[in-house]
Amino acid sequence: MNQWEVVIGIETHAQLASVSKIFSGASTAFGAAPNTQACAVDLALPGVLPVLNKKAVECAIRFGLAIGAEVAKKSVFARKNYFYPDLPKGYQISQMDLPVVVGGEIPVVVGQGDKAYEKVVHLTRAHLEEDAGKSLHEDFHGKSGIDLNRAGTPLLEIVTEPDMRSSDEAVAYAKSLHALVRWIGICDGNMQEGSFRCDANVSVRPKGQVALGTRREIKNLNSFRFLKEAIDFEIQWQINEIEEGRKIQQATVLFDPDKSETRVMRTKEDAHDYRYFPDPDLLPLIVSDEWLARVKAELPELPTQKRARFINELALSAYDATTLTATQEMAAYFESTVTIAGKANAKPCANWVMGDLAGRLGKEGKELTDSPVSAAQLAGLIIRIADNTISNNIAKKVFEALWNGEAASADQIIEQQGLKQITDSGAIESLVDEVLAANPGNVAEFRAGKEKAFNALVGQVMKAAKGKANPQQVNDLLRQKLAS
Amino acid sequence: MSLTLDQVQRIAHLARIEVSEAEALTTQSHLNGIFQLIEQMQAVDTTGVEPMAHAQDLSQRLREDVVSEPDQRSAFQAIAPEIEAGLYLVPKVIE
Repeated sequence: MNQWEVVIGIETHAQLASVSKIFSGASTAFGAAPNTQACAVDLALPGVLPVLNKKAVECAIRFGLAIGAEVAKKSVFARKNYFYPDLPKGYQISQMDLPVVVGGEIPVVVGQGDKAYEKVVHLTRAHLEEDAGKSLHEDFHGKSGIDLNRAGTPLLEIVTEPDMRSSDEAVAYAKSLHALVRWIGICDGNMQEGSFRCDANVSVRPKGQVALGTRREIKNLNSFRFLKEAIDFEIQWQINEIEEGRKIQQATVLFDPDKSETRVMRTKEDAHDYRYFPDPDLLPLIVSDEWLARVKAELPELPTQKRARFINELALSAYDATTLTATQEMAAYFESTVTIAGKANAKPCANWVMGDLAGRLGKEGKELTDSPVSAAQLAGLIIRIADNTISNNIAKKVFEALWNGEAASADQIIEQQGLKQITDSGAIESLVDEVLAANPGNVAEFRAGKEKAFNALVGQVMKAAKGKANPQQVNDLLRQKLAS
Repeated sequence: MSLTLDQVQRIAHLARIEVSEAEALTTQSHLNGIFQLIEQMQAVDTTGVEPMAHAQDLSQRLREDVVSEPDQRSAFQAIAPEIEAGLYLVPKVIE
């Protein structure tokens, strides 16, 4: 394995967030009864003409601007010819020589914690095209059923350079892209419904070799887990083939998630010859400078920009900043919390949002937007930890109470349930004295050098204080008394 | 450039057009005649000329993203050879 280098490129089909199709006025809503959203244009009835959807183009422009690509002033639609029953025209309208988005890059963070590293994945292009319909091969008396509702749905096909070197890098890229298209609102990212599908081009070569090995393309991976499993299987398969003296044949393969293996769909010999040519039904697409400027002005702060700001202005770690910018909702919640709790509390805010809050939401299968604890409530709680009104442990109780809607604010809960931390040193001192007097055994053990006995004493004091004594003060006083 | 008989058959297959051997020969000579015309055109010096994507010097008109097409399934399916459960039925195809 070690003498082999893996090379991966990814093509993603992202379904664009328009309500109507790319070349017709039929609806794109998911889940409608078969063929009720397939109009004359989608069915390719004689005499119909495609008219391009402005929203689809605008989505492509947004994407191009978000990844620092060149948005082509002029791009051209082409016909990709092949015969299949779910493609009534006998060709798919796509873009070939002049795509709408050229170049660009997506920064990704691979791995977690200490082993995490950053990498930039370069994009080749992104182009607009229409989706095909759906073939159902269940039993219709030996025939196939065709549903054309999906025919003509707008897609952005996003193609990377062969930049990735492992399945982890491929998944990190796919996740970043997935987060980005949702962030800028051009795709709902619903992988179950097929709104975001990946094809992976995988090859291996001996380390140090410049020429690329022969690639095989794994089609239609609709989950991050399948993407990783399929690539890992494919890498091992290719290495075994080469090590056993066989050559890799260029091929398109399908991943079978049940068997966790890839199998050949077609080889190079029977590869499609698509005979692309410019579609005479469509004029060149011109994107004016004004349009570009307007879309640019409407673009939200991007995850990479936000992430850099969280690191620079709020002194968060790269890992925290990446996690908090995974979705726009998460970033917005965190920022609202920091706005109220103050920049000095940015780190505790990050910890609460990524830790207790995310954990609790996950446990109940809730989305952040449905959180029973608002950003303002959480900020109120964090402020009371920061000013020593409550300890971290008590704060968890308060959080729980807020979650259950026991009161409107952390302050109310602290007040009602008498959770205010005891910071009066006189009060703590008398508790410490009681505990020392009641536990001579622990005291003796500690004096004999057993540090564990000290923790037991702290525990006793906290218990006596019902958890409300300031832990630092308890520690200090105990040390003082035991030393004397 | 001229096409071989095999290439003619391949093109016919890609276009799903059935041609007999006699038709293939005629088609070959027709297509090669067209290739001669193309060769003449390719002899023209086009240095500095931008490739043309469309014969009309206009740009694509765009439509607003609005659903304007109602469901007309029953009308469309009235002329389909075979339907079932809202689906168009076709000879079985599995790739």
